[in-house]
Amino acid sequence: MAESLEFIIEALLFTSEKPLNAHEINSWLSGETLADIRQALGNLKTQYDSMGRSFALKEVAQGYQFRTRPEYAPYILKMFKTSPTRLSRAAMETLAIIAYKQPILRQEIERLRGVDVGGILKTLMEKGLIRIVGRKSLPGRPLIYGTTTRFLEVFDVKDIDSLPRMKEIKDMVSDEEQTAPKTEEHQLDAFEQTSET
Amino acid sequence: MDYEVKLEIFEGPLDLLLHLIHKNEVDIFDIPIATITDQYLEYIDMMKALNIEVAGDFLIMASTLIHIKSKMLLPDLTGQDDGEDPRIEITRPLLEYMRFKELAGELEERELLDRDVFVRHLPSYLQSQMEDWEPRLDVNLFQLMDAFKRIIDEGLPGVQLTLQPERWSVTEKTEVIIDLLKEAGPTFFQRLFSEDRSLSEVVVTFLAVLELVHLGLVKVSQPTHESDIHLVLSIDENGEKLDG
Repeated sequence: MAESLEFIIEALLFTSEKPLNAHEINSWLSGETLADIRQALGNLKTQYDSMGRSFALKEVAQGYQFRTRPEYAPYILKMFKTSPTRLSRAAMETLAIIAYKQPILRQEIERLRGVDVGGILKTLMEKGLIRIVGRKSLPGRPLIYGTTTRFLEVFDVKDIDSLPRMKEIKDMVSDEEQTAPKTEEHQLDAFEQTSET
Repeated sequence: MDYEVKLEIFEGPLDLLLHLIHKNEVDIFDIPIATITDQYLEYIDMMKALNIEVAGDFLIMASTLIHIKSKMLLPDLTGQDDGEDPRIEITRPLLEYMRFKELAGELEERELLDRDVFVRHLPSYLQSQMEDWEPRLDVNLFQLMDAFKRIIDEGLPGVQLTLQPERWSVTEKTEVIIDLLKEAGPTFFQRLFSEDRSLSEVVVTFLAVLELVHLGLVKVSQPTHESDIHLVLSIDENGEKLDG
């Protein structure tokens, strides 16, 4: 069997624990062009998809990685004798805010959630899902938070741009406001009622 | 004895508000502010009665609700009514909050690693070599601190100064003393120690002198009690014993 580029890349992906991208692969296969590597990655993905096996080559965290299909999760969990660890609802909501509005300040997260998030931020940092990306040049130099590569891996996100952007969410919210019925009538009713009594 | 029961029923004031809106089956864009405010305050009283810690955030929201309620009851006498519903002050954050709850749900439904999908894992001896693949800036403060500690533990190149202690054996020292006596002739005891740099070397030199005396190679004398001890080689250059 000839050592085709596809097979070499397949071997690397098969052995790797982390998602691999074309640039990384290129650093080990300097004789090949990026375009050829990208082409080979695409071909492999299509091949594995069409084979319909229990695992597939998935695009995740800006790279490619072999992952099992979700329907086999119960068997795998049984083999590992574990149940998946879940994030609390509060942690998930905080993570969602950071993921969709990053880079974001802690005070902005707290404004959106209406509660202190110090403990939750610590948990998310410990799990490697978020990180401090910088400090804002405001009084107190507050910390700015963002998500990590690990976040992309855990939540099966191809890259951070594939999540809807902050602006889109703002638009969604303001659209809802615009379609909201005006409520001045109720305001008047309430006033009239109290003036009668 | 007091039994303190602490329950985390509502995550925060927005959670409580949403709960009340759902419970009363009211439109979020048309919140009956008087009803909701009353119920909200009832819950806070209930939480206090149940010994649930009422965070300041709940009280801020309470004051906001009361403020909105009063604004809606009183006519605007300033004539600067911009027509904006005062309830927007809570409607907007509630909508945003709901949106993120929804997004959190969407995240939760993705094919999560180690819950829905699984990847191959390397044996630990190969893992350390894979760490280099991480993006260069994807580190947190704790990782940086760990890295710094490792450098300190390993010692800084260029600043290291390791002193190797000199190790002398008695045999080596006897040879040195014989050479010295051959070259310089009769010598004072003190001089034998003038080059010694550590206590252990002094001890070895002293033992070497005793050894030389024992072997009859050196004669040791002290002319007077106050004077220094005198050493004279009792062999000639060929190693023959000298008389006297």
